[in-house]
Amino acid sequence: MKIVVCIKQVPDTTEVKLDPKTNTLIRDGVPSIINPDDKAGIEAALEIKERLNDGSTVTIVSMGPPQADVALREALAMGADEAYLLSDRAFGGSDTFATSTIIAAGLKKIGYDLVITGRQAIDGDTAQVGPQIAEHLGIPQVSYAEEILSIDDKQVVVKRQFEDRYHILELPVPCLITALSELAEPRYMSVHGIYDAYREKEVKVLGFEDLKDMFDPANIGLKGSPTNVYKSFTKQAKGAGTKYDDVSADEAVKIIVDKLEERHII
Amino acid sequence: MDFSLSKEHKLLQEMYRKFAENEVKPLAQEIDEEERFPRENIGKLARYGFFGIPYPKEYEGQGGDYLAYIMAVEELAKVCATTATIVAAHATLGVFPIYQYGTEEQKKKYLPDLLSGRKLGAFALTEPGAGSDSSMQQTKAVKDGDNYILNGTKCFITNAGEADIYIVSTMTDKSKGNHGISTFIVEKGTPGFSFGKHEKKMGIRGSATADLIFENAVVPAANMLGQEGQGFKIMMSTLDAGRISIGAVATGIAEGAYDICVKYVKERKQFGRNLAAFQNTKFELADIKTRIDAAQLMLYKAACEKEAGRPYGLYAAQCKYLCATTASDATRRCLQLFGGYGYMREYDIERMMRDAKITEIYEGTSEVQKIVIANHLKIK
Repeated sequence: MKIVVCIKQVPDTTEVKLDPKTNTLIRDGVPSIINPDDKAGIEAALEIKERLNDGSTVTIVSMGPPQADVALREALAMGADEAYLLSDRAFGGSDTFATSTIIAAGLKKIGYDLVITGRQAIDGDTAQVGPQIAEHLGIPQVSYAEEILSIDDKQVVVKRQFEDRYHILELPVPCLITALSELAEPRYMSVHGIYDAYREKEVKVLGFEDLKDMFDPANIGLKGSPTNVYKSFTKQAKGAGTKYDDVSADEAVKIIVDKLEERHII
Repeated sequence: MDFSLSKEHKLLQEMYRKFAENEVKPLAQEIDEEERFPRENIGKLARYGFFGIPYPKEYEGQGGDYLAYIMAVEELAKVCATTATIVAAHATLGVFPIYQYGTEEQKKKYLPDLLSGRKLGAFALTEPGAGSDSSMQQTKAVKDGDNYILNGTKCFITNAGEADIYIVSTMTDKSKGNHGISTFIVEKGTPGFSFGKHEKKMGIRGSATADLIFENAVVPAANMLGQEGQGFKIMMSTLDAGRISIGAVATGIAEGAYDICVKYVKERKQFGRNLAAFQNTKFELADIKTRIDAAQLMLYKAACEKEAGRPYGLYAAQCKYLCATTASDATRRCLQLFGGYGYMREYDIERMMRDAKITEIYEGTSEVQKIVIANHLKIK
């Protein structure tokens, strides 16, 4: 089985600070990491490969600038077999639709049985790219996967987290799942894995010329992106609110109901 | 001359840091307090390759270089000097003699288990009456057919009892002095080979330290490393390599102390200001960090000289001396900046100051390093 994991290199948002004057993100000196949900996807793929132990392979795909190479090396150092970087000036400025168009084109070129993406990236938080890839490829998908219950070369059974319940879903292969970070606890890179990532393995770069037959060039890059950012602004910070300590449940209910009535909310 | 790390080394450093921070640090205080060997760390260290970094893959090593290994010990020591010591005592002292002087059969028999971390190694030279003066060894090995019979006691042995494989220095011909010393690979469980009580130490309290006791222990002659009488050379060259790894333990402790101290002085307020705002704090930390960085440069230089296959004995001794002295100095001064809190065992800095002291003593005291350095400089 050819398992392909799509990953994104993102700024470590736990390290990002806001410029207090301009309210914009200070990106200088912020480390880049593999998006956490995607990293869980890598681990899940490696575990499936180890569980099947039948010559299955794990391929990593990322779209991004040349600097994303280090994210792919990290995935190789965790134990992935091969890595592709989809990178070209023509891909710049892509929104989720254009990005998923390009990644789907890359997947058609590379081949796949099971595609795993993270649920969403911590910088954009759209959760759109994974499902869109599945639509472009015309394959079934399950998003919000919390556990892979069983897998063979014909079928995957996935436990999907839902708001108030779980769904147990069977999918025929080929298919796509989007991983929650709960799907798997990522391993560290190993020492020999890091050496292999730089000495034995390579990151293959696919650009516009390599993929142009796989997509409509009108659908990629800034021009191919239907999303327009109308306005971006910083949310006004709310006040601390009123805190009540040491009140019983009944008293708390009364306080809340009174407040809601006072403000004509109920 | 380029002092920047390669891409591989940067990624290794990142991995070591995350591993140390998430897996090793949470246990550091507990194992010190309980004087308990951190068995639970061993399997994790093994899984990610920490026990065989600078050795070839054909023996299940990681195929790395000496600097990569040194950086691993350094990063572990930042958060837990005990764990760093366990790895260093294994990977240099326990493994290097077999890798460097072992026959192909000995290498095939012992290295895969040691380098993968399935088994732990240790090194036994010191005796109650033979510390810095290792020529005064009393442990004897007498040939008896296909075996040697060992009698004597080794003391202060790191990883004692926990390790499976021991490199043991013995006297096979006392009349020849240092040229009468021979080295053996001794397996735990060998009849007549036992361990003394667990020593209670000032620092690195989670690391196991005990006597090795040989009472008519029967060791196959096939387990001799190198030739009879070659032991002194084997032990001394192993200590040369070991000194760099102890330099890494020391540098790591100093860096760890500096890091937590910087964090503390930015938070702690006295007289209405952060401690960091006082000139004494600035001058102390500027001085401490400068000394740490100088020690680290010496450490990396020694590691790179060894990796390049050039003579490194002088650099190893200089590095061990400088890094150990720096670690003791840095931890003492950082603790002073913590004030009363620093003296409390609840704070890591108290442990770090105790841990730092051993780096001036084990694997050759600072005084021995100065003898070695002066000899290299031909000051006679």
